[in-house]
Amino acid sequence: MELLCPAGNLAALKVALNAGADAIYVGLKDDTNARSFAGLNFTPKKLVQAVQYTHRLGKKLFLTINTFPQPGEEQRWYQAIDIAADLGVDALIVADLSLLDYAHSRYPHLPLHLSVQASATNLGALSLYKREFNIERAVLPRVLSMKQVRDLAKVTPVDLEVFAFGSLCIMAEGRCHLSSYVTGQSPNTGGSCSPANAVRWQEVGDQRLTRLNEVLIDKSNINEQMGYPVVCKGRYITAENKQASHLLESPTSLNTLSLLPELAKANVASLKIEGRQRSPAYVEQVTRVWRQAIDTFLHHPEAYTTQAEWDKALAKVSEGQVTTLGAYERTWQ
Amino acid sequence: MNISLGPIQYCWSKAQVSAFYQQVASSDIELIYLGETVCSRRRQLKFSDYLELAQILRASGKQVVLSTLALIEAQSEFTALKQQIDNGEFMVEANDMGAVEVAKSLGLPFICGPSINNYNAASLQKLAAWGMQRFVMPLELSKHWLERVLTDLAPRQIEVEVFGHGYMPLAHSARCFTARQQGLTKDSCQTICIDYPQGVLAQTQESQPLLRLNGIQTQSASYIDLSDQQQEMERLGVDYFRVSPSSLASIDLANNLTKSLAKNLATKGDSDVSQDNGSETNLACNGYWFGQAGFEQGR
Repeated sequence: MELLCPAGNLAALKVALNAGADAIYVGLKDDTNARSFAGLNFTPKKLVQAVQYTHRLGKKLFLTINTFPQPGEEQRWYQAIDIAADLGVDALIVADLSLLDYAHSRYPHLPLHLSVQASATNLGALSLYKREFNIERAVLPRVLSMKQVRDLAKVTPVDLEVFAFGSLCIMAEGRCHLSSYVTGQSPNTGGSCSPANAVRWQEVGDQRLTRLNEVLIDKSNINEQMGYPVVCKGRYITAENKQASHLLESPTSLNTLSLLPELAKANVASLKIEGRQRSPAYVEQVTRVWRQAIDTFLHHPEAYTTQAEWDKALAKVSEGQVTTLGAYERTWQ
Repeated sequence: MNISLGPIQYCWSKAQVSAFYQQVASSDIELIYLGETVCSRRRQLKFSDYLELAQILRASGKQVVLSTLALIEAQSEFTALKQQIDNGEFMVEANDMGAVEVAKSLGLPFICGPSINNYNAASLQKLAAWGMQRFVMPLELSKHWLERVLTDLAPRQIEVEVFGHGYMPLAHSARCFTARQQGLTKDSCQTICIDYPQGVLAQTQESQPLLRLNGIQTQSASYIDLSDQQQEMERLGVDYFRVSPSSLASIDLANNLTKSLAKNLATKGDSDVSQDNGSETNLACNGYWFGQAGFEQGR
């Protein structure tokens, strides 16, 4: 079972590998990936260093190219694929049909992972991408229950990767327009959900107003722990309930430490840690805990239980310091 | 260009749905999509009921397309999907790549709904090679995008449809938000959606209408209304303008648009072809079409 960790820069990549990551995923410093934030990601030159460093340790590096090129812009995405193939990355993480086609036909030996942004949640979708583009692996959207993951794992023609820890996206990824609805930019089109330049915090007395493109998505006490502002985690009112509440979801992070035995039993190939936009300190902390948990499990599968200090360490770096099993648990749904 | 009527996105009783399509049958609207696209737990109508409605509509001269679920998670849903697509009579609207796969495997033509990610000509050509006859432009894309993609696609083999009127489906989740706001979960939902025939309006704490919760689907609070853009759409080569139903009034609207389109065609060259939308236009959120944030009124 692979531990796959995020890196927004070389520092994060190094600490993740030192803390026990089996593989790292990164993006280029442009809008070819869905974490296109200022000051983040890799230039082609840095990517060379990342590949060298990772391979020297005998680990793997995946390049994320998971946004959707629009008419007239395709060349930038094709170039990203060419660069990746040239540098010898271990896999490309891709969502768009035309890019899967390009990569598969030009570089048939370069492994393809289907990005979560392709939103493939069922056997039909997985079979299509396998047959047409020979994908090796698919990253499952965070909408399936544990039972549904288990059922799919029994019949899937490709390896499965699941999100194990990190910020919780509650919509079928790649098909959520909430960010572009409010800000004009979505992960698919602009490379980020809730782009930073659309966020504005306003302090009024002891309250903090969170605005996204001037739309008030939350109002909280100044001392309250806040997550990154996204539409789905705002507080809103309805006709029946004038008391503002988290109608969709509250700021919380996904933490599946307790599901580790079940995920292993289902034959899930890779556990993904979310957070290319997070600091090297976060990456190190989370990687260390998950390495320990996986090793503990592999050493004595029957005796595995989640240890309180792991949960505590993860809660510290979680949104709102709260964690959930998300859709894996039916009662969350 | 012609007018189409999209699938009902809400959970209505069987009687309401039947009454709706009875009225549709006697309208001038040419192309009708029907079927459950949001949640497999809504069982007011079975697939056989939709099939029956489809047959009635076809008998009254309509082109009928069966729309499928946007999010397919359980194996039971995938099994049901295969039966729906292999119905032997009607074309389907695929709203998930799983449906594309099933149609392709069966060698059946299909239509791609708005929740299939089509962002460039090469992807559309791929889908066309697999049997796609028409696609609905993804909601977050613009007039500018459409113009460019249609240039790239020329000479065009496939038809294009634009979501022109109605509440926009923006996202789908594993979680049921209608159940949640009533303190229920999806598994214990009691089909609570039926109490909210146009979803649950969610407003910001400044009373700005923002979202509309419709089961596992999140919609725009206001509706898109691009009826004054019909001329522009015709110029671009749009084949269908979709009206997404929210009540019986949607039929009148779609029917009036159909009639006025026919009239405009008959009196081509007449400069006065603008639509009078009255006060409704003030409420519409047309931002996407104009390359802005979706909730903006747009211009």
